[in-house]
Order: sequence, then C-alpha cells, then structure tokens
Amino acid sequence: MIEIKHLQKSFGARQVLRDVNLKIEDGKVTTILGGSGTGKSTLIKCMIHLMDATGGQILLNGRDITRVTDPMRLAVIRRHFGYLFQEGALFDSMTVGDNVAFGLRYLTEIPVEKYPEVIKEKLAMVGLEPDVAKLNPSELSGGMRKRVSLARVLAISPKCILYDEPTTGLDPIMSDIISDLILEMKHKLGITSVVITHDMRSAFKISDYLAFLYDGRIMLYGTPDDFRKTDNPYVRQFVDGSSQGPIKMRLRD
Amino acid sequence: MFTAIGKMVDNWMGQVGGATNMVRSCLYWLGHARFEFKQFIQQSVTIGVDSFSVTAMTSLFTGMVLALQGGNTIGNIFGDPIYVGTLVTFSLIRELGPVLTAVVISGRAGAAVTAHIGTMAVTEQLDALYTLGTNPTRYLVLPRMAAFLFSVPLLTAFSNLFGVFGGYLVAVHALGIPGEVYMTDVTAFMGVKDFMHGFLKSFVFGFLVATVCCYKGVSTRGGAEGVGKSTTGAVVTCIVMILVLDYFLTAILTAFKI
Repeated sequence: MIEIKHLQKSFGARQVLRDVNLKIEDGKVTTILGGSGTGKSTLIKCMIHLMDATGGQILLNGRDITRVTDPMRLAVIRRHFGYLFQEGALFDSMTVGDNVAFGLRYLTEIPVEKYPEVIKEKLAMVGLEPDVAKLNPSELSGGMRKRVSLARVLAISPKCILYDEPTTGLDPIMSDIISDLILEMKHKLGITSVVITHDMRSAFKISDYLAFLYDGRIMLYGTPDDFRKTDNPYVRQFVDGSSQGPIKMRLRD
Repeated sequence: MFTAIGKMVDNWMGQVGGATNMVRSCLYWLGHARFEFKQFIQQSVTIGVDSFSVTAMTSLFTGMVLALQGGNTIGNIFGDPIYVGTLVTFSLIRELGPVLTAVVISGRAGAAVTAHIGTMAVTEQLDALYTLGTNPTRYLVLPRMAAFLFSVPLLTAFSNLFGVFGGYLVAVHALGIPGEVYMTDVTAFMGVKDFMHGFLKSFVFGFLVATVCCYKGVSTRGGAEGVGKSTTGAVVTCIVMILVLDYFLTAILTAFKI
C-alpha cells in the first residue's frame, strides 16, 4: 500500500501541493482528478522521485521513501513503479523493440538472449504485432506510442503503474482501448494503478477509487458512485464538465 | 543596472554550480556502475565523423594562410622566406590546432549533443531514463564526456597534420621553398614539450566542450524554442570560453616550461 501524508511541493514561492493525504490500495485503480495545473502530475512525480517533495511523507508498504537519495535504494523504489508518460517519452534514437527492452538491462536479471521473447510477449499484451518492434517511434500513431510505452513499462514487471493522462489526445475508441488495457493489467497481473486523467468516461470505467485534487489538497476521495452522487459543488462542476460553478468563480476572484 | 548585473552573475554561478554537480555525478557513476561502452564508441564515431572533414578543411587552409602570410612577411624583412615550416608548425601545434579544432567541434558535434539531449529533456525522455532504472548522467553524459576527451585530442592531432601539409603546399608551390627545407624546418625546433603543450590544451578544451554542451542539453526547458536557445547558448559559451581559457592555459603551461 502507498500512503501519502501531508505532502507538500513548492516551486519557488508557488505552492502546488499544500497538504495531500491519500491512500492507494494494492491491486486497485485509483484515479486522481483535477483541473490543469493543480499538481496531479507533480504528485505522481514525487511518488517516483522524479521530483522531490518539499514536505510530508510518502510511505511504501509502511517505509518512508520521501527523501531517499542513495542511488541503489532509488533503483529499488523505481523497480516497484512503472511510469507511463503523457506523450509516451519513447527514445527516438531506438527502435520500438529496443525501447521495450530498455529497462530490462537495468531493473531485471533477464539475460540478453531472452530480450526478443520478452519484447514479443509485452507487445502482444498491449495488442501489437511483433513486427512493430522493428519500427522507429516516429512511425507510430498516438495510440500505438501509448501502447508501446505501456509495453516498455510492463517489461520491468512493476507492482504499481503511474499513468499520466493515458487517454489524452486519443480518439474515443482508442481511449477506450487504453482504458481496457489498464483494467486488463489490474485483473490479469494484479497491478496497482494510479491514473491521472481529465477523461471522466474513462475515469468512471476504470476506477475503484477516485480522488479530486483542488487547491493543493484532496477535496474528495471515494468510489465512482460517491463521485456520481456527490453534491460538492467543486467536484460536481468538474464531473459535469461545466463552465459554471465555484471553480470558475474562484478563478475570477 | 546593478540588479541586472547581479541577476546575470547569479544565473552564471547557478550554471557553473549545475555543471560542477554534473561532473561530480559523472565521477560517481564512473566508480559505481558499468561504463556504457557501446554509447562511448557510438559517440566517439559520431564526433569523429561529424567533425573530421570540417576540422581537416579548417586546418588545411589555416596552414596555407600561415605559410603565405609568414613567408611573405619574412621575405620582406629578411629577403628570403626562411623558417616558414617552423612558423607554421609552432603556430599550429601549440596554438591554432587545439583552438580551431575545439571551436569547430563545439559548433558541429557539441551543438548536436546539446540539441539531442535537450530534445530528450523537453520530451520527458530524460525522466523516462530515471523510471527505467538508469540515470541521464550515467547513460548519456558520461559516455559523451569520455568521447569528447578521447576525440578532441585525436582530431587535433589530425588537424595539425593537415595544417602542416597545407603549409607545405604553399611553401613549395607558391613561395618556391624546397620541400626538404620546409620539412627540416618543421622538425628542427620541435620538442616533446611543444606537443604536450598542444595536447594538454586540446584535452582541457575537450572537457570544456563536453561539460558545457551536455549541461546545456540536460538543463533545457521550454519546448522547441528552449532546445534552440540551449544549442546556441552552448556553442557561444564554448567558443568564448575556449578563447579565454586559451590565454590562461598558455600562461600556466609556459610558467611550467611546457
């Protein structure tokens, strides 16, 4: 289980995360909702140490991982997490196959001879043909990039995958395919998922729990049903995707 | 005005501090992880191939113009163009070879390194390296640093040869100096310390170009515009620092009688 306690993160004078408290259950999909610039990506980047929190704690199975600096311990933490970047972040100078196999060398004991087998298996898991391995990332469509990126994450067999806006920029059908993949990872591999999204349709479909981040705090945490029924005007406005409501009023203040 | 100067100094100190941290991190990874030998070879080849023809051409014509100017000036003063080979060789090996090669490499391979790492930075590929169990310093910077340290002195040596050859062409065909005389002048006063002088300079310049270009790449922010700014900044910084450092290196090496 991942427990986030009183997490704070500032960029100079600007405090993005003020007091975030959140529990992420093992084997479940937790989706973090919130407007642009509310610090959703910052939150998951703090979890995987791409950013250092200014204050508070992140506990991984009870152990504080907030201020780990030793590279060896960091590697252990990163082995626990996989991170799906918004634009895929595939390495341009490598083929798809090399991208998928990249983490194997640093985070697993799998011998090099087995890499082609792993590449084939992971590409199949995300619904891609083995031939795709020979392509360059520039030859892939947006949806394929996301899937290859997911295959690269799956190759290192993480216990928890952090998805940064996995459906952004995709057509509705491809968005649904990615949502199905997230669910498949949960059901088949028991992977814990933390998803950041604006896509409410996808959020309701995949989530066991939802958290609404606003003003640097988790304003509401609950099941999809709690979110459907809530009368919290901030959450209501976001879920309904309305331009009228307290969030806009707050911006005008 | 003082605020602006203060900000500039602060920014400059920040960059020096960042670059120093990067070099320190390189030393850490050199001792704590397997060296990325494949990357080192790839980068050495790229730097060599990218820069060889340009450095060769630059040196060839520098040697030619040195011989022409030197020969004519000496001819006007002493009546005969004597010691042209010595003039060309000393100028190239101790001074112009290392400086011009480093300048050309910073504009060619250095810019390419900054643009590549910078593009990786703005497309989250550097973050992806972290999440996949490695480190941009270990995977990208260290092999490139090593490749520059290896390639710059090597390219300088080749460029010196081309420069001396350029001088030979002008000395023999334009100034009418016999080839044997030119070659005797080339080797007559040249000692090991002169080669060391040029070699040490090229090594320091290699380190400088690698550090500046890699650091500018890693610290790139702000999309395509940021990559452009970093690349231009890296090349300008390299050229200015090479010329400034050259004076101080010459003063130090000469003080140590090298």
